[in-house]
Amino acid sequence: MKNTPTLSLRVPEPSGRPGDTPDFSHLKLDEPGAVARPDVSTAPAEMRDHAFRLIRVLDDQGKAVGPWDPKLDPETMRRGLKAMILTRAFDDRMHRAHRQGKTSFYMKCTGEEAIAVAQGMILSREDMGFPTYRQQGLLIARDYPLATMMNQIYSNAEDPIKGRQLPIMYSAKDYGFFTISGNLGTQYVQAVGWGMASAIRGDDKIAITWIGDGSTAESDFHSALTFAAVYRAPVILNIVNNQWAISSFQGIAGGLDTTFASKGIGYGLPALRVDGNDFLAVWAATQWAEERARTNQGATIIELFTYRGAPHSTSDDPSRYRPGDEHEKWPLGDPIARLKQHLIAIGEWSDAQQEEAEKEAVEKVRAAAKESEAIGTLGQSRPSVKTMFEEVYATEDWRLVEQRREVGV
Amino acid sequence: MVDQKNAPASVAPDAPAVAPMNMIQALNSALDVKMAEDPTVVSYGEDAGYFGGVFRVTDHLQKKHGLSRSFDAPISETGIVGTAIGMAAYGLRPVVEIQFADYIYPAYDQIVSEAAKMRYRSGGQFTSSMVIRSPYGGGIFGGQTHSQSPESLFTHIAGLKVVIPSNPYDAKGLLLAAIEDDDPVIFFEPKRLYNGPFDGWHEKPVSPWKAQELAQVPTGKYVEPIGKARVMKEGSDVTILAYGTMVWVALAGAEHAGVDAEVIDLRTLVPLDIEAIEASVKKTGRCVIVHEAPKTSGFGGELSALVQERCFYHLEAPVARVTGWDTPYPHAFEWEYFPGPQRVADALKAVMSGGR
Repeated sequence: MKNTPTLSLRVPEPSGRPGDTPDFSHLKLDEPGAVARPDVSTAPAEMRDHAFRLIRVLDDQGKAVGPWDPKLDPETMRRGLKAMILTRAFDDRMHRAHRQGKTSFYMKCTGEEAIAVAQGMILSREDMGFPTYRQQGLLIARDYPLATMMNQIYSNAEDPIKGRQLPIMYSAKDYGFFTISGNLGTQYVQAVGWGMASAIRGDDKIAITWIGDGSTAESDFHSALTFAAVYRAPVILNIVNNQWAISSFQGIAGGLDTTFASKGIGYGLPALRVDGNDFLAVWAATQWAEERARTNQGATIIELFTYRGAPHSTSDDPSRYRPGDEHEKWPLGDPIARLKQHLIAIGEWSDAQQEEAEKEAVEKVRAAAKESEAIGTLGQSRPSVKTMFEEVYATEDWRLVEQRREVGV
Repeated sequence: MVDQKNAPASVAPDAPAVAPMNMIQALNSALDVKMAEDPTVVSYGEDAGYFGGVFRVTDHLQKKHGLSRSFDAPISETGIVGTAIGMAAYGLRPVVEIQFADYIYPAYDQIVSEAAKMRYRSGGQFTSSMVIRSPYGGGIFGGQTHSQSPESLFTHIAGLKVVIPSNPYDAKGLLLAAIEDDDPVIFFEPKRLYNGPFDGWHEKPVSPWKAQELAQVPTGKYVEPIGKARVMKEGSDVTILAYGTMVWVALAGAEHAGVDAEVIDLRTLVPLDIEAIEASVKKTGRCVIVHEAPKTSGFGGELSALVQERCFYHLEAPVARVTGWDTPYPHAFEWEYFPGPQRVADALKAVMSGGR
């Protein structure tokens, strides 16, 4: 006689669906300044707590508090703020460009600007970033020409990757920005290999990479952590937990019963969990990880806790799977608003300057769009068809020569 | 040249010493020579470091070139290939080992989506100059997961080169060429041929490599061009296209059939030496294709189509394919599955009589 209950499958569900009132009461958020800052040489086993806490610097009044305050000079913070503003303005314009039929596709990073901008400012262009499709702030923070980004988005004649890739899959080697792939998670383990190469050559460069909460479920995530730990690779392994992988909430990726940072613990990697909307906290954690990598102490996991404010892409409608106003209720606010508040609080910024910066960003984007659209938008201009057959290999083999001739180019 | 300091004084610097080598030693020599010459060449894989590989191909490399140049890897094929792609992006030339071709599939995403497309998708900013070495092929009672020939899964992918040597001389020259190549190369090593040629007459004792001319291998550096076939035996009746172990089976099959076959060892499947194929088939008017991999969508299908497209008016019989069956590779039925010399001979006779 069977006296145990029948089995049932647990399928994680988010705290809110369309029509529900957003509820973030389940989040355990540390107070700003509450988490200790261990020495960079701390053994991972002694800092396990950091994988479950939340490093925050900026408090509700915009004051920078606690041991993680990176004590940035105001000029650096203003640069960061402006880069975030520019990133958002760029996103808005390109999203509209899609609606106007100027491109086939776009993905915004609304709400996540602090991450790529701060990290892009900290590391040098000599280091290599292995981004996902949502780190455009890295290019913008490094003053990559906006018009060139747009040329890629429009696949026009000046597209640096010659119309071969879906919009936003940028590649900018000189800016420390590795070619983006549509296949999720693949770049995570490649970054580890790049760091290993730097170590093999006795160099001083490090790698940094990003993965979303959803893609941590890919097997390359596991491989990357294993290799990073085994060979003590100089790499910063970011997990951008924006709560959503298209329509799946982070619980479906394995975040319901634990944190993503904590997954580093089992690999013997130090893991920091950080308020991703807090520019100063992102900065401080990244600096910590950078020092660790640069001094040959190995890789660090950083979970950047944030919220994907925009639709997944121009092909997505989030109102079909999450409460419409969930982003506004996100308890960690908006990264731009929070850094702005801080700069104003310390007397280094004003509402008028903010307004001016926003206007300036829109202008910059408009000027870039004018430049790029003069070359052409999707379908109006494109690289020579001949280039379709080039760079498959270092040199064309007979098949490609024949096929190119068949096309008549 | 690396070996010259140990060479006898009477040997001219441009006439490197030659030594008999089996395929394992030849491959090992290629890695050794190239690692000594180029500090960006690194070799790693499962058991490929201290132990020197389960087939000994990377033997002594760690001791000679150091831990950071030749090392053991975790059992993760996607990790091995994925990190190699990152290393290649940095500017190294990694030569990684997948212990058996049957275990390359976990790395398929990295190979197909990443390595193959790196140059193309980045507009030439990033490249994946790397070699993925992997023992492949059957005839060793390896069963399902130690016998496969997955070459057509890679020849189908734009951006990859696929190389398969059939003898020690080519193995070394082609591996050196592959390491120096600026594109990603899938380098399949027929493990059945590691210790000696194998013609498929499995009841007969196997002879070692040393009796063969193609086992006389220069100890220094030389390169065999990628994209060039080798005519193993000239003939006038029929062209046999083969690679890997099947080159030796083809030779034995032709002898058994008493047919004057021209046996072409393709050596590289991508890029393919189409000129050599065309010239031979136009001369003989007949073509038999031999490979171990299953028939359907195997590389033989591509070869057959190319021959038909380019030599149609010269063909005196339908192109024949002698291949593995469309089944997983079995254990107990090794010799019923393996396309041996008898099957090759039967196909040759059929083609010679114009039929199917």
